[in-house]
Amino acid sequence: MSTLLRVDSVDAGYGDFQALFGIDLDVAEGELLALVGANGAGKSTLLKTIAGALKPFRGTIGLAGEDVTAEPDIRRARKGVCLVPEGRRLFPSLTVEENLQVGAATGRKGPWNLAKVYEAMPLVADRRTRKAARLSGGEQQAVAIGRALMGNPRLLLLDEVSLGLAPLVVDQLYTALPGIRAEGATVILVEQDLNRTFAVADRIACVLEGRIVLTGTAAGLTRDQVTAAYFGTGAFPEVKTP
Amino acid sequence: MTWLNAILQGVLLGGIFAMAAAGLSLVFGVMRIANLAHGDLMILGGYVASVTAAHYGVPVPVTIVVSMVAVGALGYLVQRSMLDRAMGIGELAPMLVTFGISVIIPNVLVQVFSSDAQPLPIGSLGTASIDLGGGLAIGWFPLITVAAAVAVLSSLHLFLYRTQPGRIVRATSDDRAVVRLMGVDNRRVYALTSVIAFATVALAGVLYTMRQGGVTPFEGQLTVLFAFETVIIGGLGSLWGTLAGGVVLGVAQSVGAQISPDLPLLAGHVVFLLVLVFRPQGLFGRSVLA
Amino acid sequence: MTVQTAPAAEVTALPPVHRGGRATVLGLTGTAAVLLAMAALPYLVESGVTAQLVKLCYLVALASMWNLLAGYAGMMSMGQQAFIGLGAYLLFIVNDHGVNVYAGTLVVSAVVALLAWPVSYLAFRLRGGYFAVGTWVIAEVVRLIVVRFDSLGAASGRTLSDVTADPVLRRAFTYWLALAVMAAAVLGTYAVLRSRLGLSLQAIRDDDTAAGSLGVNVTRGKRIIYITAAAGCAAAGAVICVNSLGVASPTQIFGVQYSALMVFMVIIGGIGTIEGPVVGAIAYFLLDKYFAQSGVWYLIVVGAAAIVVSLYLPRGLWGTLAHRTGFAVFPVRHTVRL
Repeated sequence: MSTLLRVDSVDAGYGDFQALFGIDLDVAEGELLALVGANGAGKSTLLKTIAGALKPFRGTIGLAGEDVTAEPDIRRARKGVCLVPEGRRLFPSLTVEENLQVGAATGRKGPWNLAKVYEAMPLVADRRTRKAARLSGGEQQAVAIGRALMGNPRLLLLDEVSLGLAPLVVDQLYTALPGIRAEGATVILVEQDLNRTFAVADRIACVLEGRIVLTGTAAGLTRDQVTAAYFGTGAFPEVKTP
Repeated sequence: MTWLNAILQGVLLGGIFAMAAAGLSLVFGVMRIANLAHGDLMILGGYVASVTAAHYGVPVPVTIVVSMVAVGALGYLVQRSMLDRAMGIGELAPMLVTFGISVIIPNVLVQVFSSDAQPLPIGSLGTASIDLGGGLAIGWFPLITVAAAVAVLSSLHLFLYRTQPGRIVRATSDDRAVVRLMGVDNRRVYALTSVIAFATVALAGVLYTMRQGGVTPFEGQLTVLFAFETVIIGGLGSLWGTLAGGVVLGVAQSVGAQISPDLPLLAGHVVFLLVLVFRPQGLFGRSVLA
Repeated sequence: MTVQTAPAAEVTALPPVHRGGRATVLGLTGTAAVLLAMAALPYLVESGVTAQLVKLCYLVALASMWNLLAGYAGMMSMGQQAFIGLGAYLLFIVNDHGVNVYAGTLVVSAVVALLAWPVSYLAFRLRGGYFAVGTWVIAEVVRLIVVRFDSLGAASGRTLSDVTADPVLRRAFTYWLALAVMAAAVLGTYAVLRSRLGLSLQAIRDDDTAAGSLGVNVTRGKRIIYITAAAGCAAAGAVICVNSLGVASPTQIFGVQYSALMVFMVIIGGIGTIEGPVVGAIAYFLLDKYFAQSGVWYLIVVGAAAIVVSLYLPRGLWGTLAHRTGFAVFPVRHTVRL
């Protein structure tokens, strides 16, 4: 399987504050990678760095064999790196449908359009004329994912999908995931719930204090290993996937 | 009948105010910049039309287009060369830049054209009117300006709410960082917004100049107040509110003038302050249910 | 049971926090020396020199007031001319009632402060750029009302009825008045900023929502500043009036040019520092003295300079210098020594 994303010894942060230290990460085409880690471990920073919203201090980011480190978020979005940001960040004064339409501004051709998004997420279809400001948290998250899909992503970055949502709502959101993957998108998601992580992920990477301390296939890792990496307790030999 | 006539004239005057205010409102909505040079840009628009008509013999209707293109292009330059940078510095910097521009424009105009009024004659159109009987008459020209205002505001509305670039402009106004994740260069959106705003204010300026018969360099200090008052009276973020705001201000000034020739300005300002006290969100300001 | 002594080390381990220290003493001594030297000038130099310095004094006062508004409380007012004009015009009234112009200046500032209090409720309905224009409209309204009084000279201005007759004495008094107003403006700003209010103000300037949520009474702080600045501008207006023995025209004294001037001086000198407005006022004073005769071009350069400085030197002349060297005549920052 070919490598879609290659993160190579990346240091990143905000101003004087360094949040990421020597991150190395490869994601294969079509894969679903879950990032696991405590709050403040640097998961969101990593996604922002991959999306180009944050410029790394050091290191390189490659997309499909091309070095995109110097390219800003705008250009990476046009190349198919679509981030669903932390906190959803919908355009509050626009309707649901308008939010989705703006998502198509990447100008990329592909399987996703309004009809297809509505089909994949009926929850969104029901609310299409409503102002985004007047949606519930779950509805907002669904629209945020739909908006990113409208950009026809090659690499979809999902930050904290289930944050602050009822489990039932999160279940609904996750039902859309297989459909999204079936259309060929590679996915990196941040998820706090280990059950869900093990259920959907091909591979898991644990982030602790700005470093990746454990990576492995979902099948090859145990919950205890991941928990230990999450809290930074015990020794965890680096598990490498073949 | 004179009162009714005053109100009618005020409505017609309001059209120009609304047009001038639309650009101001747009720039503020998208970039959060209060353009202190807005009135001077309006006057500059009038000058461009007047000068092209008087010195280059361009037919007056064509001067409108010339002025809109010239001032619109200036908008692009100002945004790209100064405001983009200023927006990165802080909240105060863009306002200070527009302040600097508001000092430069009238003084350049004085330097080049002296303080004398630059005429922009529109011939018989200026006096032609439709007699409604009973001493009531609507001038053709004011009628045209109101029609133009409605047309400009409608087009702006259609652009913002019915086209993809318009939606992107509104999205950028909501969250400038997130549109970048959709491949949108927010700086290009700003440039587009500035071009539209500057071109609209130039149109307002040309019509204002035609209405007054000419234009002088320092009138921008008055018109900037009218434009801001219109926006606030109408309510932020509502284009139709802007039209209503213009009409309210126009009527206030015109009725004030009817009471006493030295009252129009005071009457307009007082209505503005009353709105501020009793309805600070403006007549048509966004309610909770936007 | 042994009572353990409190781990004193933990208490004293907090690094000491300094504010100015020796620099404060030096700065204040230096300032006092400059002010004393300036106060002695009428005995040392001819009245032409002090006459020019009157202008510098009220420029410094005006710049300091605008800096207090915009630089510390985030209020970009374009309407301070309302208070400058009121200061001048109220001076006519108190002077007509037999109060001499020097004491009258004090009276006038107090009255304007009282007037500014209700006005602030109106102005505070607006924020940011709309606040700027709102205050401008208020100034226009004040002007339009003032010109309706024939006793105040209507649209043509008027002269003061009772001033010191002896020209030499009058010039000296005027100069001392201007100097006192300037000293009050600069040292007053310093005092405000060193107070508890000053700390809240800087919180408001940095983020008024956050400051509010931390229990800083944002509106109250802003109102105090607004009223203080109004009083300061009124005093400056009174000085302008005394200096020219009256007001040439209401359009001039209520002109938005005063606000433009204040913005310019503060931007050039450095917004948000006490020294900046002083430097800016001196810079403008010199520019005006040597280039004003080049007329319109000079104003074009002033506008361009405002743009260039706000884009490429946003801290202004003094701010840039202070930032690079850490030097301050009036230290208001707290410094932690580790």
